[in-house]
Amino acid sequence: MLNRTAENVARATPEPLARKVRGISDKGLAWLFISPTILLLLAINIFPLFWAIYLSFTNYRANRPNEVVKNLGFANYQRILGDQDIWIAMQTTAHFVFWTILLQTLIGFTLAWLIDRKFRGHAFWTTLILVPMMLSPAVVGNFWRFLYEPQIGLFSYVISFVSGIPPTNIQMLSNVSLAPWSIIIVDTWMWTPYVMLICLAGLRSIPEYIYEAAEVDRASNWRQFWSITLPMALPFIMLAVLFRGIENFKMFDMVNLLTGGGPGSTTEVASITLKRQAFESWRTGYSSAFAIILFVAVFGLANIYVKALNKVKQR
Amino acid sequence: MSLTTAHSVVAPSANSKRIAGAIIIAYALISIVPLLWIFATSFKTPPDSIAYPPKIVFQPSIEGYCNLFTTRTRQTPEYINSLGPATGFCDETVRKRNMVIAGPSNFLPRFVNSLIIAFGSTFCAVFLGTLSAYGFSRFKVPLADDLLFFILSTRFMPPIAVAIPIYLMYRELGLSDTALGMILLYTAVNVSLAVWLLKGFIDEIPREYEEAAMIDGYTRLQAFWRTVLPQATTGIAATAIFCLIFAWNEYAFAALLTSGTAQTAPPFIPTIIGEGGQDWPAVAAGTTIFLVPILVFTILLRKQLLRGITFGAVRK
Repeated sequence: MLNRTAENVARATPEPLARKVRGISDKGLAWLFISPTILLLLAINIFPLFWAIYLSFTNYRANRPNEVVKNLGFANYQRILGDQDIWIAMQTTAHFVFWTILLQTLIGFTLAWLIDRKFRGHAFWTTLILVPMMLSPAVVGNFWRFLYEPQIGLFSYVISFVSGIPPTNIQMLSNVSLAPWSIIIVDTWMWTPYVMLICLAGLRSIPEYIYEAAEVDRASNWRQFWSITLPMALPFIMLAVLFRGIENFKMFDMVNLLTGGGPGSTTEVASITLKRQAFESWRTGYSSAFAIILFVAVFGLANIYVKALNKVKQR
Repeated sequence: MSLTTAHSVVAPSANSKRIAGAIIIAYALISIVPLLWIFATSFKTPPDSIAYPPKIVFQPSIEGYCNLFTTRTRQTPEYINSLGPATGFCDETVRKRNMVIAGPSNFLPRFVNSLIIAFGSTFCAVFLGTLSAYGFSRFKVPLADDLLFFILSTRFMPPIAVAIPIYLMYRELGLSDTALGMILLYTAVNVSLAVWLLKGFIDEIPREYEEAAMIDGYTRLQAFWRTVLPQATTGIAATAIFCLIFAWNEYAFAALLTSGTAQTAPPFIPTIIGEGGQDWPAVAAGTTIFLVPILVFTILLRKQLLRGITFGAVRK
């Protein structure tokens, strides 16, 4: 009875007023709920970002806080864009991003396609495959240094056992041509499951009736794969590539622990250069400018990619 | 045997299933070898760990764990003989190598730091994330899409790029190398994941529940508390585990912004060294202890994994 009256009252009163009567208005509540998050992000992300932008125009050095800060205008940016080492680091990064994504997509999609056969026990084995990607890249990457040790390392031992090359010659981390691959191998081992999981969702989203119709039309398995499976899973594959691309563009943990950018600077990706400039040479202004350039690059590439992704989705 | 219960014309044949199964099982077994090797190495003695060829069969020992938790000094046999009887297994093992335990190592405090920072930041991120996600899910927020994108975009920044101004800011504020500073930073990074994931979960809860509760005389806040939160428990738990795993695994910020009192386990473990280089059994022991919680969580999470890693973009 009481409820009825409340209901009637609520109905009779205009909506905004009714809400206000019950306490805080919805609008107030919405801001009350959202603003703490926005404030935190403003304080920890946006304010430092603006600070970095300011620093990027100066010659500030964090290890000499009392020195007079000079305004350099765009000099830092000009120097970065003309710096040979920076371009080499960007090329190294692009090289890593290309190979890791290529390998992870090929292997990941194949694994997903096989798991989609739904053999007995596939759920258990899928979970087992997923384990590496949940682990800390730093802690596990660090252990791979041990696996890569020439002679005593398990990886070198197995490779020399299979290939017949003497185990002391397999210097994964100190050989100039092998060092990049030592990182690509660990990254692929760790993140292939990630691509696999997203591809699997894509394959499972394809409705059965499309295949049934293709079967009725006597389309070959090959034909079905190219004109149904691949195009329909494509948005998912692209999503996986997007996420991996952004992550690997920022790649730091594994490289820092496995090779530290070496030997020489063969594996020096952008994040490692940035760390060296900012926290070893203490060229804070210069490295801030580099950080801003990197951020704009990731953001721009991601934006272009998302647009392409949406186009594929709409098809 | 081969006549399995095929429901439709497109079901894969028994043979193709068998081949697929064999390849997947082979891949799974190979990919798990490095992890098994970590586990095995943690139970080897230092000489066994660097034997050539690598030892698959060995006499298990907990020396690695002893070395992980202690610091040791080398002493003369005469000095060791002059000491009383060994007080425990670790003491005994260490003395066989002409060493004595000098004190506890830094591993335990670093591990505790990891726990405090991971749980602290997870709690804050999930708390803030739940509120914001509800706000975005139920109310007309002006510029909602832009705000949501802004929240996500903070994830695009390379950690090292973020670390430069954070380093300066924390130095000014006295937050360098403090647990509070790390909790704030990890909360800021995780809150984007929390908002996006939780918005997806809350969107799935029908609005009718709250509306019914409000008709019954609850205020919006009470309706949120009594009807939405209980419904969102699974989503909140899954989100919390994802945040926990991120904070637990994080390395770049921790390596650059902490050095002593607030250092977490990931930057510490690679620095464990013995005499003449890295003490691999001790590193393996630390790695094992560090990884076990994540293994448990991965198994608990397996149904929500897809959602978590794609920021809720892919749901199943």
